[in-house]
Amino acid sequence: MWRWFHKLGSPRSFYLISNRLLPWLGAAAGLLLVVGAVWGLLFAPPDYQQGNSVRIMYIHVPASILAQSGYLLMATAGAIYLIWRIKLADIAMQCVAPLGASLTFLALVTGSIWGKPTWGTWWQWDARLTSTLVLLFLYLGVVALRSALEYRESAGRATAILALVGVVNLPIIKYSVDWWNTLHQPSSFSLTEKPAMPAEMWLPLLVMVIGFYCFFFTVWILRIRSEIIQRESGTEWVRGVAGS
Amino acid sequence: MRFESFADLLSMSGHGAFVWSAYGITLLVLVVNVVWPLLTIRQRLAGLRRADAPGVVEDP
Repeated sequence: MWRWFHKLGSPRSFYLISNRLLPWLGAAAGLLLVVGAVWGLLFAPPDYQQGNSVRIMYIHVPASILAQSGYLLMATAGAIYLIWRIKLADIAMQCVAPLGASLTFLALVTGSIWGKPTWGTWWQWDARLTSTLVLLFLYLGVVALRSALEYRESAGRATAILALVGVVNLPIIKYSVDWWNTLHQPSSFSLTEKPAMPAEMWLPLLVMVIGFYCFFFTVWILRIRSEIIQRESGTEWVRGVAGS
Repeated sequence: MRFESFADLLSMSGHGAFVWSAYGITLLVLVVNVVWPLLTIRQRLAGLRRADAPGVVEDP
C-alpha cells in the first residue's frame, strides 16, 4: 500500500498511469454530459410549479456539487503536501484552483439565471448564495497567492494553509439552508435518502452529476500533466515524452 | 420528447432565454476548461522539442 502510494506520488508514474486512464475518463465525461443534457433538455418533465426553467437544475446542481467537492479535494491535497511534502500533492492542489473557480462561477451564474424566473430576482444576499460567493473568492485567493509568492516551497505551504482554513466555509454552504431563512430551497438530493423528485427527473440529474465528476477529473489530470511537464522539463523522461 | 416543435423547444413556454443561456454559458466554460490545458501541454512539449533540436544552444 505504501509502496503504491509512493509510486503514484512520483510525477513520472502519475504521468504514465494517467496516460492510460485519460481517454476512458474523457470519453465517459463526454458521453454522460451529452446524454444527460439531451435527457434534461428534451425528455425530462417540466416542474409543476417552475415549468421548463427547472431544466437549469441539470447543470446548476452538478456544478455546485463539484464546486464543493473540488474544494475538499484541494484542501486534502494541501494537507497531504503539508504533512508528507509530496510534490505531486502540491501540483494537484494548484491545479484544482482554477477549475474549481470556474465551476463555482458556473454554479453562481446558472443559479442566478434560474433565480430570475423562479424567485423574480437575479441575486439575493442570502446565506447559500453569499457563502458560495465566498467559495469563489477562496479559489481565486489560492490562485492569486500562488502567483504572488516567488518561491515554490513557501507558495505551496501558504496556499495549502489558506485552502485548509477555507474548509470552514464548506459546512456553512451545506447547512446554510437549514440554519438561516433563505430563498434557496434545501437539498433535494442526498446519498442516504430517497430523492424528493420523480425518477424521470433524478435519473438525468444523476447522469449529469457523474458526468461532471468525470469531467472534473479529466481536466484536473490534464492540468496536472501540463504542470508536471513544466516542472520536470529538465529530466530525461519528459524530453523523451516531448521527442516521441 | 416533451416539445411539439422546434420553435416550441426554443421558447420553452417563455423560459427559453433562461434555459438556453444557462446551457450556453456552461458549454463555453466546459470547453475552455478542456482546451486550455491541452493547448498549454502542446506548447510546452513543442518548446522542449525546439530546445532539444540539434544546433540549438539552450539558455542557461
